[in-house]
Amino acid sequence: MSGSPDFKEDTKMKKFKKALSLMLAAAMVLSLAACGGSDKGGSKDEAKSSGEEVFKIGGIGPITGANASYGLGVKNGAQIAVDEINAAGGINGYKVEYKFEDDVTDNEKSVHAYNTLKDWGMQLLMGSTTSTCSITVSAKSSADNMFQLTPSGSAVDCVATDNAFQVCFTDPNQGVRSAQYIAEHKMATKIAGIYDSSDTYSSGIWTSFKKEAANQGIEIVAEGAFTADNKTDFSVQLQQAKDAGAEMVFMPIYFTEAALILAQADAMGFAPQFVGCDGMDGILTVKNFDTSLAEGLVLLTPFAATAEDELTQKYVETYKKNYNEIPNQFSADAYDAIYIMKAAIEKADLKPSDGVSAICDGMKAVMTEINVKGLTSDEEGMTWTEGGEVSKAPKAAVIKNGEYVMAQ
Amino acid sequence: MKKTSKAKNLLKGDFLTYLLVIVVYAVFQFMIANGSLGSLYEGLLVPVCIYVIMALALNLVVGIVGELSLGHAGFMCVGAFSGAIFSKITADMITTDLLRFVLAILVGAVTAAVFGFLIGIPVLRLNGDYLAIVTLAFGEIIKNVMNVIYLGVDEKGLHFSMKDELALNLAEGGKTIVKGPQGIIGTPHNSTFTIGVVLILITLVIVLNLIHSRSGRAIMAIRDNRIAAESIGINITKYKMMAFVISAALAGVAGVLYSHNISSLQAQPQNFGYNMSIMILVYVVLGGIGNMRGSIIAAAILTVLPEMLREFQDYRMLMYAIVLILMMLFNWAPACRRFRERYSLKRIFAKKNTKEAQ
Amino acid sequence: MSFINYLISGISLGSIYAIIALGYTMVYGIAKMLNFAHGDVIMVGAFTVYTVSRTMGMNPIIGVLLSVVVCTVLGMLIERVAYKPLRGASSPLAVLITAIGVSYLLQNLALLIFGSTPVSFTSVIPWKGISLAGGKLNISGVTIVTIVACIIIMAGLTSFIRHSKAGQAMLAVSEDKGAAQLMGINVNGTIALTFAIGSALAALAGVLLCSAYPSLTPYTGAMPGIKAFVAAVFGGIGSVPGAMIGGILLGIIENLSKAYISQQLSDAIVFAVLIVVLLIKPTGIMGKNIQEKV
Repeated sequence: MSGSPDFKEDTKMKKFKKALSLMLAAAMVLSLAACGGSDKGGSKDEAKSSGEEVFKIGGIGPITGANASYGLGVKNGAQIAVDEINAAGGINGYKVEYKFEDDVTDNEKSVHAYNTLKDWGMQLLMGSTTSTCSITVSAKSSADNMFQLTPSGSAVDCVATDNAFQVCFTDPNQGVRSAQYIAEHKMATKIAGIYDSSDTYSSGIWTSFKKEAANQGIEIVAEGAFTADNKTDFSVQLQQAKDAGAEMVFMPIYFTEAALILAQADAMGFAPQFVGCDGMDGILTVKNFDTSLAEGLVLLTPFAATAEDELTQKYVETYKKNYNEIPNQFSADAYDAIYIMKAAIEKADLKPSDGVSAICDGMKAVMTEINVKGLTSDEEGMTWTEGGEVSKAPKAAVIKNGEYVMAQ
Repeated sequence: MKKTSKAKNLLKGDFLTYLLVIVVYAVFQFMIANGSLGSLYEGLLVPVCIYVIMALALNLVVGIVGELSLGHAGFMCVGAFSGAIFSKITADMITTDLLRFVLAILVGAVTAAVFGFLIGIPVLRLNGDYLAIVTLAFGEIIKNVMNVIYLGVDEKGLHFSMKDELALNLAEGGKTIVKGPQGIIGTPHNSTFTIGVVLILITLVIVLNLIHSRSGRAIMAIRDNRIAAESIGINITKYKMMAFVISAALAGVAGVLYSHNISSLQAQPQNFGYNMSIMILVYVVLGGIGNMRGSIIAAAILTVLPEMLREFQDYRMLMYAIVLILMMLFNWAPACRRFRERYSLKRIFAKKNTKEAQ
Repeated sequence: MSFINYLISGISLGSIYAIIALGYTMVYGIAKMLNFAHGDVIMVGAFTVYTVSRTMGMNPIIGVLLSVVVCTVLGMLIERVAYKPLRGASSPLAVLITAIGVSYLLQNLALLIFGSTPVSFTSVIPWKGISLAGGKLNISGVTIVTIVACIIIMAGLTSFIRHSKAGQAMLAVSEDKGAAQLMGINVNGTIALTFAIGSALAALAGVLLCSAYPSLTPYTGAMPGIKAFVAAVFGGIGSVPGAMIGGILLGIIENLSKAYISQQLSDAIVFAVLIVVLLIKPTGIMGKNIQEKV
């Protein structure tokens, strides 16, 4: 190419850039105008609804991105609870409004979702779905003194602030309980672990499991890790476990990866006892999954979609009817979360017009006093500590003939 | 004569850029003051500042040096972690928030600059797509390594491990600062819109002055014709390195702003992976390669856009993808450009003016 | 013995990278663009097989053929709608960004259609494989088929480029677009053909990837896509045998570093090896050294 046309292109380019920046500036002004406008709408809404007096519950979780199935579970599970409550006359006679916002499992986006819900007029927060997002949001919600109940954020730091409570077990708690369960039932003495080292939930459980295993006389013969960017091929981790003579593989991971691991273990002819935690629930919802691969899998989960009790059966039926899927443990946690909020509001005798901060103070005071029976608890129900951690009996399920059967 | 008018034009352009930032700042401050902004948009102000700085930093490499870097999120990651570690350690020693934050920003910038220099040594020997892939590789390595770092502090000093928290052997009362994949939790919330805007202005001063300086002209000469530049005695490695290190330092500053805006920090694929580097590149290309004002505007719009699409729920990322493709076609396709030039407002106005003059 | 096991699974993984990398490298060689949406075409291919063979209950072989057709059409469509209008844009980065947009588009479309719950993919290769050394050494059927397929595809592509008229046209376009046009070669047609072949390969890669690692989500293609891109650069981007060697080496390095060095850092190690290779040989293992003209 010779120089001159290039040069011409350059001047053209400049003109174009000017035009572009003008256009973009115009777009920005428009967007400003738009946000100003939507804002006014928001405040009007608020005024209107406080006239009608409803409880506004907001939810946060990933409904797009790689973890969308977890967030969708939470979104749908809570929706069912809200619908039931409204059909039965609401909480303290006030109806419940519910809105769910996406955070793509990103801490920063989770804060944006929280702020969006705040603009909408949220009074109670059910979220975030994942641990790190929940921790990030709790810094904001505690500054606003807004009541926060995370359905599935399991890290200890999720409830570090005094306005935050949990529905699920904390990670260290799960790790310790798993080790104790395995030792109590003498399931194995040589254990290999496979965990996601880039994930807070998974590495949190694994760390505490390892610590407790030493106390319980369980020998960890192989330790396999993977990361969020490297979770297709598990042949090395499985091979190492096999070579080390592991009788059991403990997998404190989500079912998405577990389904792959089970298939790969089967392909290489490795058949130890597999054990998982609550993240493993959902493995039977994987479409087209060969359930014979999961035969004998033990999972320590507070919820099983095939449990016999009436509450679970009714819930599963509604979920299947509305969303055409079998509910997972995320959705059950969210369903319970809404009922826990209801119980606390009723106990403290609150009404929507009390305002965010007073509602939060009222709920905080009664959270240690209530006892809620839900999908994720047994007959004893769930209670909460001052720190926000839940205490409930752990359950173990075994997969037999493609269905969960409660162990013990 | 011609030269002075050109210089004047350049300065006018720069002036407009500064003015744009300050006016937008004033407008938003006003809106915050009278409470008409709303939590979502108020919460978006600092992230917009972060991504504007990132876009400016990357534009320095892509637009001025003319090399494609796909690893800038890595520098942001380094800045974010080093700044947050500094703030956590000195939380009890330096009680003035602003002073500590300014120092944290400097720490982040310097650490990122050091990484920029170390990575620049091998990287800048390569060209084109090979340089791009090596920067991508470094970005991924940084993110990967961050996930296995454990750092704790007790009265004996800092403890470091790449195994797990137990291996830190902290004394009684010691605290863990970086917990591997769980990252850093509880970084003080020091980032504000005002600090963000001040940092944007500082970034602009650095970048624009560099462009207009002797070094900047040398860098652009290398971009336009490396061989010719080399033949007239321009030290290619030195100038490329200079721009690369400055760019890395600025990305580090954006990282510190990021880590002090939200309370928990983890190196995940979403925030510091190659996807983020590519996102920043999208801002730069959409705003116009080498055009600093364009980068600012594009970064601001594309950060706000997904949040504005929230009402579409599950469809919002799909909408975002479509809008992105359409904007790219509209801005860059030769056919669209010809069309736009024919019907641009400027041209219509120019025609009118000449008619009136006649 | 376990070393051989690691090696074989590395080669199997690497062969899949290699087939994906072939698509990358061909498109790069001719259109001089990094097609970031390539990884997502793989996902579309796998979902097509799943839909045809599972939901509609047809023979998986028909599914594979259909998925090749679907991906070929999709690849050409993407090229026509999103990339072709940008040919001649003043910066090559413009089309790169559009490719990213297309990648987001495909992922989110799949998310809306198929949902986010992973789908367990039934392997299209029912053969269980062979077992050697008294069961200590297992080589699965998928592994063998993948490696064989990779070799056949590479040989086929090489002879296609060397001996067919269209292949020669591709070479000419990749050398010099302007000159090729002057010689009467249909440049647009050749580029479209390249996208068609690249996308057809992506469909096959998708089937093999999901047969070996049977979990399918809208994001399945993204990470293997980026790894394959690394493999293509590793081997020398634009070179067909280079993509093959790069892919297999990448798979082996990844698995061996997982086995013997660190599982958390295996990606970092792969990338570090890549950097070292590029510093020693700046155009990749099989890359041509282009002399710069002054």
